Amino acid sequence: MGGEQKRYTLQELEGLACTIRKDIIKMLEHAGSGHTAGPMGLADIFTALYFDVLKHDPKNPNWDERDILVLSNGHVVPVRYAAMAHAGYFPIEELMTLRKLGSRLQGHPERTKLPGLESTSGPLGSGLSQACGMALAMRMDNVKNRWVYVVMGDGELDEGNVWEAAMLASKYKLGNIIGIVDRNNIQLDGPTEMIMPLEDLRAKWDAFGWYVIEIDGNDIQAVINACEMAKAIVDQPIVILAHTIPGKGVDFMEYDFHWHGVPPDHEQAMKALKELRTLQGRIESEHQ
Amino acid sequence: MEDMHLFKGELKQEPIRKGFGTGLLEAGKRWQNVVGACADLTESTQMHLFAEAFPERFIQIGIGEQNLVTVGSGLAAMGKIPFVSSYAAFNPGRNWEQIRTTICINNQPVKIIGSHAGVTVGPDGATHQMLEDLALTRVLPNLVVVAPCDSVEAAKATLAMATDKRPTYMRLARVASPVITTEHTPFELGKAYIFRPGKDVSIIATGSMTYHAMAAAVKLAKEGIHAEVVHVPTLKPLDEETILSSAARTRHVITAEEAQVIG
Repeated sequence: MGGEQKRYTLQELEGLACTIRKDIIKMLEHAGSGHTAGPMGLADIFTALYFDVLKHDPKNPNWDERDILVLSNGHVVPVRYAAMAHAGYFPIEELMTLRKLGSRLQGHPERTKLPGLESTSGPLGSGLSQACGMALAMRMDNVKNRWVYVVMGDGELDEGNVWEAAMLASKYKLGNIIGIVDRNNIQLDGPTEMIMPLEDLRAKWDAFGWYVIEIDGNDIQAVINACEMAKAIVDQPIVILAHTIPGKGVDFMEYDFHWHGVPPDHEQAMKALKELRTLQGRIESEHQ
Repeated sequence: MEDMHLFKGELKQEPIRKGFGTGLLEAGKRWQNVVGACADLTESTQMHLFAEAFPERFIQIGIGEQNLVTVGSGLAAMGKIPFVSSYAAFNPGRNWEQIRTTICINNQPVKIIGSHAGVTVGPDGATHQMLEDLALTRVLPNLVVVAPCDSVEAAKATLAMATDKRPTYMRLARVASPVITTEHTPFELGKAYIFRPGKDVSIIATGSMTYHAMAAAVKLAKEGIHAEVVHVPTLKPLDEETILSSAARTRHVITAEEAQVIG
């Protein structure tokens, strides 16, 4: 089980991220509801995780040596579904059932429906503490070389539950937790710094006893490097503050908080897909 | 009034929560995957017996009940059977949404222990007299809800929960209450038991109220009314068969629970 995972080149990874972005647009347009900005901004991080960083086996989702990926901000799950489908967890055609009645791809992830999801989420702020429980269980069982990754939104850091978990992870020196904060500076009602200022975010995590790495979250190589670096730190939990562009890849969506919680209509989707096709062409030619 | 306490002096008095403490210690000895977490109320909830015996399997969460149950969810996801304890007012009072999402919909076998439930908390006042926990927990998907009648039954319930794969809430009381069951009294999750047969009226009781129902039945017998006492330690799933057959026999039903009537 869990045979050799394929290694992808950076060009292949960037191409995959673009494909995932196109899928997100198609899925959301078809669903008629959902969140656009977050999943688009996270496409590079999820590509890096599923196609390079994570130790996993799509044909055996419950492989007991797999790394765990907890998705705390469940509303961005279309990016996870798209990455999972391309990694081989389920047929790519199934992506178009997103949010439909009877679909395994619920609007927010439900673990009991789809193999490969590690938790049920949607209500914000509870992923990090679940990751703590998983990491503590691994420690009790003396498990080595296995990590718990947890992706969080920046807006969800408003939730107190996150900071309860941050204290706990630090207390128990959970070096097997790698947190990834999607620092895209927007939340549903507007810019994070206007709704509830988070800065100095680095200093906050640092004060809570975490090892902080700050990166460009739309740079796949930087994500891979940061995760490698995080794995080398054993006596402290690690958080990667990943600066991303919300709506990344589609000009009229980028940086605009209005795209946080709405899907594209047909015309917007066509326009977005056209842009992404151009982007894909550029990726292919740039690496030649 | 004296008749209501007619067992006093004859019966051993012990807080129901004490049975949880000894039960969890025993469960810890029997099963390696049983773990504990507590939100700064370790001795109050009687988890200290387990924590002292198995420090490497105990997690002190501090005063953070939302963290308590979600850490529990993560432990369960990795194959542990976590017992997570606090006062019922906070657990499931403070952390209900986390229980709903990360334990119930997520269907993880976390064992939520709410001590100090009911009016019998007395002097602590209204904030701590948790009367709404049963209303909050009975509506949650996948969750089993248990309210043992005494410390002996609480120990049995704890052992039963430790090998059961469903998420569960168990409510416990603070004060010393009469021990009315023995090692030989049957207990199974999901089953109700007729503690005293009668033909005139069914008193359906749960938790600490079962003793009072028994006392009332003795008093009623003196007046020529033969009450049947049905003890319901598992409120969800409800043993409808036992309850309905009793009701069909006596054709009169009274319920007794230490909780909000609406819930």
